[in-house]
Order: sequence, then C-alpha cells, then structure tokens
Amino acid sequence: MSRHTLSVLVENRPGVLMRVTSLFARRNFNIHSLTVGPTERSEISRMTIVVDVETQPLEQVTKQLNKLINVLKIVELEDDGSVQRELLLVKVRADASARGEVLDTVQLFRAHVVDVAPDAVTVEATGSPDKLAALLRVLEPFGIRELVQSGSVALARGGRAISDRALRSA
Amino acid sequence: MPEQLPLDPTLPVEKLTGAQSLVRSLEAVGVEVIFGYPGGTILPSYDPLMDSPHVRHILVRHEQGAGHAAEGYAQATGKVGVCMATSGPGATNLVTPIADAYMDSVPMVAITGQVGTKAIGTDAFQEADITGITIPITKHNYLVTDPAEIPRTIAEAFHLASTGRPGPVLVDIPKSVQTSITSFVWPETIDMPGYRPVVRPHGKQIREAARLIAAAERPVLYVGGGVIKADASAELLALAEATGIPAVTTLMARGALPDSHPQHLGMPGMHGTVAAVTALQKSDLLITLGARFDDRVTGELASFAPGAKVIHADIDPAEIGKNRTVDVPIVGDAKLVIAELTTAVVAEFANGRADISAWRELTDSWKQTYPLGFTESEDGTLAPQHVIGRIGAIAGPEAIYVAGVGQHQMWSAQFVQYENPRTWINSGGLGTMGFSVPAAMGAKVGKPDTVVWAIDGDGCFQMTNQELATCTLNGIPLKVAIINNSSLGMVRQWQTLFYAERYSNTDLNSGDHHGTFAAPIPDFVKLAEAYGCVGLRCDKPEDVDATIEKAMAINDVPVVIDFRVHRDAMVWPMVEAGVSNDAIQYARGLSPKWDREETGDDLSGEEKVIS
Repeated sequence: MSRHTLSVLVENRPGVLMRVTSLFARRNFNIHSLTVGPTERSEISRMTIVVDVETQPLEQVTKQLNKLINVLKIVELEDDGSVQRELLLVKVRADASARGEVLDTVQLFRAHVVDVAPDAVTVEATGSPDKLAALLRVLEPFGIRELVQSGSVALARGGRAISDRALRSA
Repeated sequence: MPEQLPLDPTLPVEKLTGAQSLVRSLEAVGVEVIFGYPGGTILPSYDPLMDSPHVRHILVRHEQGAGHAAEGYAQATGKVGVCMATSGPGATNLVTPIADAYMDSVPMVAITGQVGTKAIGTDAFQEADITGITIPITKHNYLVTDPAEIPRTIAEAFHLASTGRPGPVLVDIPKSVQTSITSFVWPETIDMPGYRPVVRPHGKQIREAARLIAAAERPVLYVGGGVIKADASAELLALAEATGIPAVTTLMARGALPDSHPQHLGMPGMHGTVAAVTALQKSDLLITLGARFDDRVTGELASFAPGAKVIHADIDPAEIGKNRTVDVPIVGDAKLVIAELTTAVVAEFANGRADISAWRELTDSWKQTYPLGFTESEDGTLAPQHVIGRIGAIAGPEAIYVAGVGQHQMWSAQFVQYENPRTWINSGGLGTMGFSVPAAMGAKVGKPDTVVWAIDGDGCFQMTNQELATCTLNGIPLKVAIINNSSLGMVRQWQTLFYAERYSNTDLNSGDHHGTFAAPIPDFVKLAEAYGCVGLRCDKPEDVDATIEKAMAINDVPVVIDFRVHRDAMVWPMVEAGVSNDAIQYARGLSPKWDREETGDDLSGEEKVIS
C-alpha cells in the first residue's frame, strides 16, 4: 500500500460528492481523507483525495473517476512537487502550572492559541501531516481533551494552474 | 419515420408545462416508442404524451418489463431504448433493468416521476431517492429541479446513453417541475466539459499492435460485445480475412462474426467450446476487441492465457488493464480501431510475417476433435439442446433470439448458429432471470418484420410472463419457447456436480417432474391461452419440428410452446468456477487429452506435433 494525493476538479453541482464517494465504496477503493471546497471559479469545486492503494489500482481509481460526467480533471500531486496542508484544532489540558510549557510548544510549531479556559487551551495549527503528527506527539503528555483534523488540501508548486484548460468547451 | 411534423419540435415555444416540454424533447431526439407504466408523480407527463403523433407508448404490466423491453429494443436496433415509470416503487422496479443495461452497456434512458420539489426529503408518499439509488448502476443520472432545464437534460441524457461506452441514464423529474409553466428552447449544442469520449485510436498504438500481430505465431481475435455495439462486424470480417487469425466471440458478441466462418472457433469461457477456450490458453497474442476479460471468460485470472501478450482495444479506458495487464492499449471506437488496424496490419505484413499455418491447423484440429455435442436422453424424452438447435435451424439466421438466464441461455448461445450481429440478445453481465420475454417484446417492437424467439426457462418465464398481455394487446407477435425441465436447471446442475445431488429448492413442479402434485403448476398452455396467445405443448422428439413450424406459421398473436424436456441434461463443456481454463471438461469428468508435448508448459510444443 502507498499513499497518493489526487487533486480533482469537479463541476459545482448537487450530488457530486456523493458520486465520488459512492464510486470509491463500490470499487472497493480506500479513502484516507477527502476535502472539497470552492475554487477561483464559481462553477468548479476542487477535491483533494488522499487514497491508500497500490500503483495498479491507482490507475483504476483515476480512470473510474474520469468516467464520472461531473469530473473535469484529475492530477496526482507528488509529495515533493506540491504543497500539502492539513488543519488541526486540539484542546490541550493546561492549568496554570502547565500553561507556560504548552504555550512554548505552540510557539515552537508556529501554531496559535485560539481559545483559553482555566484548565485548557485550544490550539490551531496548519502544516504537513508530518508536522501535525509531531506537534501532537509533543502535546500528548499534557493530556489531549479532544481534537479535530481536516483532510489534506494541496496545490502543485510552480506557476501553472491545473484548472487552466479544464473548462474549455468541447 | 413519423409523418409530417405538425410543428417542428425544436422550435422555441414561450409557454408550456414542464410535461409538455418533456414530450417535445422526446420528440426532438427522435424517440419512437416508450415502454412505461403511469402513476401519481408522472401523470402530468402522460397527459401530453397521449397527444404525441410521434411517440408511441406501450403500457407494460410491470416496470421491470418496461426496462427490459427498452433494452431489447436498443440491442435489436442500436437506438436508445426508453422506459418511463412513476416515483417510489415504479422507479425501484426499474432498478434491475437499469443495472442490467449498465453491465451490458445498453443505451437506455429511464424517465421517472418524483414527488414535488417541496416534498423531497420528507418521506412523502411514493418517494424514493432514485438518483441516489442508481448512482452506481447508471452512466449518469439527473434530478431536474428547473423546468427550463428539461430540454437540455433530455438532450444530454440521450447523448450520454448512446455515445462512448453506451449505458443507462436516468432522468428524475419532480411532479411540480412537470406542472410548472416554462419555455422550451432546444439546445443548439451539447456542452459537457467532463465528457469527451475518445473514439479515434492513437496511430502509434495501432502501428505497435500491427507489429505484434505480424510477429505472433499463435494469435487469437478475442471479440467482445463492443464490436456489436459499434456495428463493426464488416470491419471485423475484413480484419479476420486479411490476417487469417482464428477468432472467438464472447457471450455478448455472438453473431459479430458468422459462426459458419472457418476461422471462428466458437464462444470462450465457462461454457465455451474446447477450441475457443484452448486457443486463448495457448495463444501468444490476444487481439482483444471490445471485450473486458470477464471472470466467466478468463476462469482463474492468474492462469488465463499465460503465454499471451495482449492488445486491448476498448472505448472505455477504465476497462484497459482492469483485470489483465496489457502490452498495447488502444482507446477508441471498435469500428474505427478495427478498420485502422486492418490497414496497418496489411502494411506491416508487406515487411514479412510470422507463419501461423501450424497454429491454424492446430486450432482447426481442436474444432474437429471437440465439437459441441450432447447425448439424447435415454428414456425417449426431449433433449433441451435438440429443441434449441431445431429452433435455430428452422427460424434461421435472420431471426432474433432472446434468452433468459441459465442452462437454456448457454444452450441457446451454443446450439443456435448466429450469422448476423444483433440477432442474439441476452443478459450477460448481470445474469437477470426474467429478461427474455420483455426483452424479446422490445426487440419485436424495434424489428416488427423480423421473427423474434424468446428462448426461456420455466423458472425465468414465471418471473416476467405477464408481459404476454402487453404483447397480445399491442400486436407484438413474438414466439416463446419454454425449455421446461421443471427445475432451476443451472442451479440444479451445480447441485449435481458440487453439492452431492442434494436438490435444495430447485424443483419448480412445472413440467414432467411434478412430484407431489397431480399436475404441473402452472399449466403453461392454459396460461398462454389466458393471455390470448396460442399455447402449444411438445414432449416427444418426433414432434419438435412440426411444433416449431406451427409456431412459425402463426404471425397474428404471440405463441408459447411448452417444451417438456428431461431435467438431467447438463451444459458442457464447463470450466468450474474459479479454476484454470486448462481444466476444461467437455463432458462430466472428461478433459481433452493433449499429446504429451502439448500438455507441458512449453508453449511451442504444438508446432512439434504438427511438423
């Protein structure tokens, strides 16, 4: 198994997310994470899908996705040729005695405190999956009350956009 | 073609209902017949449909029948089949034929009513999320929420269903959208940026394929249903004759190449001929045209055609490399691919070509040594294979044959001689029991001047025979041969072979083997007569021809023949599920005995035997 990040441009229409997830379920493909949101063009949404597959099935994933009428373009983003970010919100136990140490850690990771309570702080961090995993390892000993994490969003490095030619009419 | 249009259906109209817009749209795409069943939420559209001079509506007796009829119509004519139903149960009854059309790439548009837009999501009466339900079994589907979108949606639906890899498209239209006032503007062009099927093959791939063909010593043309979908039989014949390469036609491709052609080795797969199965196994190059390496063809995938390189041409890129690694992938329409391949191969042969004469002799020898056959029953009862063979011989190669699913389907694929494309219609991928009668009805509507035989089993027939009422009332005189062995024959065959002859729930009590009942249930002849058909019965070998000829002479009403056949006949050859095709048996416990040199892993052994 290996992990691959697919950037998928889709038409911004009702039900498109369901078509994509239904396809993954039916074809027995494994989704690690999926995020979807608007793009610079209102008629297009962009999905970032992280899948766990072998190389051969990955080709099937992209071919089957391409068959969906609402899918416009699929690009695989390699780790070294792209910027990939996840968002993490984590509520860490931090009473007066521990708060200083927690805040130091937050600073070291260039994260932010977004909420403070007498016995806890809520930390917001963005970064690569590796960086967020490292942050969590350091925060773990203080006691993590709860956390929520987004899937990856990713863009290719360089000046080109994958949406340049996607919407050209047939 | 319909007579003069009263009004050009593509002309814009300012004020009309969504329902009228739907009917005008169907007229504009050239729909000539709809198989359907009305109900609450589709009622608004049935009203203007009544007045359409161009669209004939045939009222079926079950929505499943409407769907299969649309499939039969589509496969017989090559046009898009259309079925219509109401919301909820009407729509869910279409699910089986939609799934069937998806598996067999049949161009079909299903139109369903939906509860009003304000009621969607409230669990309203007869509400079902049919677009959600059919996402995995449609090429695409639509829920129309704006009546102005009806013309564009219908135009897109028919475009999607009939182009690229054909398939079913569902259009779900809420009742409130059908009753709203809107305007009608027919789209000048279809603009779908996410849908651009590749039809013209890549020249480099064609040349590469030609090089492999010129170098191959044991090539086989592995022909699938895509060749029929693309109407590429003439091109296939030209390729076969330009190369002399032996060919096999899959269950979906019977008729793509004439069975009488000397290079034709028959059908491959679980119940294929020894020659076809063995030729694939021992080949060094599979020229795969519109086929998809289905498990019923390959048997155990790892040991399928172990020494073969693979050229795989298909209109659907996702089929290429899905099951079998490919050496030369070609994406394109089979008609264009085969034509360009023939030109390229002929040019390539000018530079020399490997000798395939030894291979031809070998494949011919398999064909001679292991022809399809069967043994007549010992007690003088009817052999089902004999009945089916005689129907094919008497009705001839211009007739259309439509099967259900099971033993009778396999025998129909084996013992009817197919000479023309679109004369063999069956449920290959999904294996839908009950397909035959409604699909034959649709085929007969599409080809009214052609003799259409539904060759059905007693189990299948009891699933959908109510469409005989539709046939009688609408003047659709098809002919039904019930191959009645009083049991679920194929399941029973597996119980005989793999479950120690323990016949759990496969006895239908519908024929000569009616256990505890005094008579078979039902009496198929009386049932046929109840539906206004002519009912005939035949249980003696000497009566078979006369009974078939009697049916052939009746052309005003449907005919149903109850052929009482013996129940222990089995379909051979057979490759057991999940085992290698090398283990093919041409009769129970009997496998071909190859010469010693042929049985080894050394695939060049065959030439030694010949030379």
